[in-house]
Amino acid sequence: MKPKTPLLLKRLSVISLSLLLVLLIAMFLGISMGSTTSGIKVVFQSLFKAKESDPMLDTIIWQIRFPRVLLATLVGAALSLGGLVFQALLRNPLAEPYILGISGGSAIGAIIGILIGFSKFPGVSLTAFAGSIAILLLILVMSSGQTILKKDALLLSGVMVNAFCAAVIMFLVSMTQDSRLHNIIFWLMGDLSMVDIGHVGILAAILCPCFILIFWFSNSMNLLLMGKEMAQTMGVNIKTVTVILLVATSFMVSATVSYCGLVGFVGLVVPHLLRLVFGPDHRVLVPACVLGGGAYLVFCDILARVLPEQGEMPAGVITAMIGAPLFIFLLKKTRR
Amino acid sequence: MAIHVKNLNYYYGDFPALKNITFSVATGNFFIIIGPNGSGKTTLLKVVAGILKSQTDQLEILNRPVDHYSRKALARAIAFVPQMIPVDFPFSVTEIVLMGRSPYLGMLGLEQEKDLEIAKQALIFTGVDHLAHRKLDQLSGGEQQRVFVAKAICQEPEIILLDEPTASLDLAHQVRLMDLMEKLKNERGITVVMVSHDVNLAAMYGDRLLLLNKGEIVRLGDPKEVLTFQTLEQVYGCTLLVDESPLGKTPRVTPVPRKYMNIDRQEE
Repeated sequence: MKPKTPLLLKRLSVISLSLLLVLLIAMFLGISMGSTTSGIKVVFQSLFKAKESDPMLDTIIWQIRFPRVLLATLVGAALSLGGLVFQALLRNPLAEPYILGISGGSAIGAIIGILIGFSKFPGVSLTAFAGSIAILLLILVMSSGQTILKKDALLLSGVMVNAFCAAVIMFLVSMTQDSRLHNIIFWLMGDLSMVDIGHVGILAAILCPCFILIFWFSNSMNLLLMGKEMAQTMGVNIKTVTVILLVATSFMVSATVSYCGLVGFVGLVVPHLLRLVFGPDHRVLVPACVLGGGAYLVFCDILARVLPEQGEMPAGVITAMIGAPLFIFLLKKTRR
Repeated sequence: MAIHVKNLNYYYGDFPALKNITFSVATGNFFIIIGPNGSGKTTLLKVVAGILKSQTDQLEILNRPVDHYSRKALARAIAFVPQMIPVDFPFSVTEIVLMGRSPYLGMLGLEQEKDLEIAKQALIFTGVDHLAHRKLDQLSGGEQQRVFVAKAICQEPEIILLDEPTASLDLAHQVRLMDLMEKLKNERGITVVMVSHDVNLAAMYGDRLLLLNKGEIVRLGDPKEVLTFQTLEQVYGCTLLVDESPLGKTPRVTPVPRKYMNIDRQEE
């Protein structure tokens, strides 16, 4: 018999490498494009220090665009993975942190944190986390009655939770004259522009352990798709797995929300596309969501920067304009 | 002894679903649990499967108390085939069957050549190897059921538990599935425990039957001992005809519709 190499690893490395390539291309484009489009060749020179390059361009690339592209990568990865985990745990291909209202809950928490005057990290991240956990508990309490696990009921509750969160957010915004909330509407739509490299570092330190943890439980997610009872009789400790995955996912989502607001539907679009291409095996989908989700949000952010004649729009506008129609399409398809 | 249950009670809140259940299943037996709706059949199966935890736990699997098993060790001893498996996600037949190997593999369940071979053999055994690359949601109910049986076989258990596997199948698929379980018992010595609504299938295939009613054991024995006219009429509360199957020496049960009953009785 041949040497014992697990069959999956080969497939996994091929898929990961090709998606990594896509991500790198996206990142390079993301760094090249912007209001002072300066030619890919020049950007190359600046990136690899080939020639003495324009210091002004260096600043734009390294201080502004590079952190922004990294942020988009991390946020896209975290949100895609969040969607994937919720879809597996609720066994509902339409579940997604934004649609379920988890993102809205962390936005409330984040705004309260900003109003109290916490710094972005750890203060606002923690209040955002508290908000997401509160919504998560609400969803779990509602879904423990069995009926709500059905697709339509879960979505309806998500719509209501979202409407409630939006109302609370507007209430908080209206009640305060605080100048810190000046940009809040922009931030709410998912804004990737206000970032420095230090923040990106902190976010990476928060998210990467979550990625690894979720990958560790990827096979358990496969088994969970066959129903709780079946998974249990195949050796999965359901309670532990569910709690760890839900907490890790809420933590990731709230961290991204506190840095760049509500970027919706990424967790719906990316896992769905990847599942179409690579099949439903989570051991492949988890790494694929990290790389592909990162690339997807970088692309969306490029569009958000390039499309407007003047200035830019929040990346969340683009993701929602792509994601919401797909959601409606999927809803119609699964109803059949 | 494959399974030994002693003085088992199970409550849903205050409601006693199972009361003082004691029985054993010998290794290599085809053991069928029958009874009316709400008699506790499925609850009993789920307690044995380790899905529900009995408050007064006196359950031994392969002569070891069930508490002494880790989850994975129990999964290597018992495979469970539930009634209905929702298939919202497009796994292929091979992927589903391979999942049966996960109790033998690490956290990530990384399969090797050997596991693929076991899965292939399981598919051949259940006669669905030609579907190996199809998506599960493209298959008929009968084919899906056989795929999940193949998954259970791939788990290489000593015991297979099935919850009403024939409930939604047509006649041909019912008999094919029961034949398959019999073959599994005869060729591999696997103990088969099944919950069934169909007393006639139970009579033809079961080595021993357990008749439950309202959470209690009414009868335990071979089909002839259990499926008697008096017992069944009392348990099911309707008029029944019990005679001998023309195929052999097993009982045959026919529920009697009202229009065939004695007319005098109606006029009284």
